[in-house]
Amino acid sequence: MTQETRQTAPADYGTYLIVWLVLMILLAATVVLAKIDPLHLAVVTSMSIAALKVLLVLLFFMHLKYEKGYYGLMVFIPLVILAIFISLTFSDTYLR
Amino acid sequence: MNDMAADVREQADTTGGKLGMWLFIFSEIMFFGMLFLLYAVYRTRHAAAFHAAAQNMDTAIGTLNTAILLTSSLFMALSVHATQEGRKRLTEIFLSITIVLGISFLVIKSFEWLAHFHHGLYPGSVVLSRLGKGEIMFFGLYYVMTGLHGVHVFIGVAVLTIMLVLIHTGKIDKTKFAALENAGLYWHLVDIIWIFLFPLFYLIK
Repeated sequence: MTQETRQTAPADYGTYLIVWLVLMILLAATVVLAKIDPLHLAVVTSMSIAALKVLLVLLFFMHLKYEKGYYGLMVFIPLVILAIFISLTFSDTYLR
Repeated sequence: MNDMAADVREQADTTGGKLGMWLFIFSEIMFFGMLFLLYAVYRTRHAAAFHAAAQNMDTAIGTLNTAILLTSSLFMALSVHATQEGRKRLTEIFLSITIVLGISFLVIKSFEWLAHFHHGLYPGSVVLSRLGKGEIMFFGLYYVMTGLHGVHVFIGVAVLTIMLVLIHTGKIDKTKFAALENAGLYWHLVDIIWIFLFPLFYLIK
């Protein structure tokens, strides 16, 4: 056997259930908070909650929390590239 | 000695497989990311029109579908966990629930689309062409983005059904579950895309 066989069962059933509960609470929160008045504030709130939900899915359901560190780095790189695309496009459309 | 070599090879294969799945996920992030970028640019250009068009969206249905997809992701994670514990029956039950929830999402989504068609809100329709460019853009993006997402859900359901068969026939078990794990990663990705689609089309109005 290798010194490091497939790690079994990173989280337990309870952890997944708690993560799901938090996701449901965040869903309810985002529906309620979407009615905030200045529209740009509602946009920021909705997108922040969405990012938080995605972070929970990545860390727990997709096991990033339990994987080796380089998986996290790997996920980080395309997000940085995407951020560069978005900022360059917006600088173009705003300054044109 | 031979056993050990086989074990090392198996280990390398599963790690490589998982890395490959993540690379595929990154290409999907770029693919949908560009559509999100398109949405953001047109939203800033036609803010009022997007605002008006979003009034046609039913928040309750969107919320229900989000809850369904989030719950399906929970059962997907539970089913991978149950496989790792070697509990075959439980894995099958959890995976079946995931598949049923995925199908429910698609059924609800298609009824939603049919309701839009009924109101004459589809690309190239007379009703839509009377509205402004912004509204046309909103519904264009809505159909492209939720449509492509729907295709992903459909493929996910198909893949998970194959996984269910493989578990039933014993091809996936406690010792070899990489395929199920990777199928799970794909399913969670589909969930992640919807988590962003939901506020953009249903909430911000």
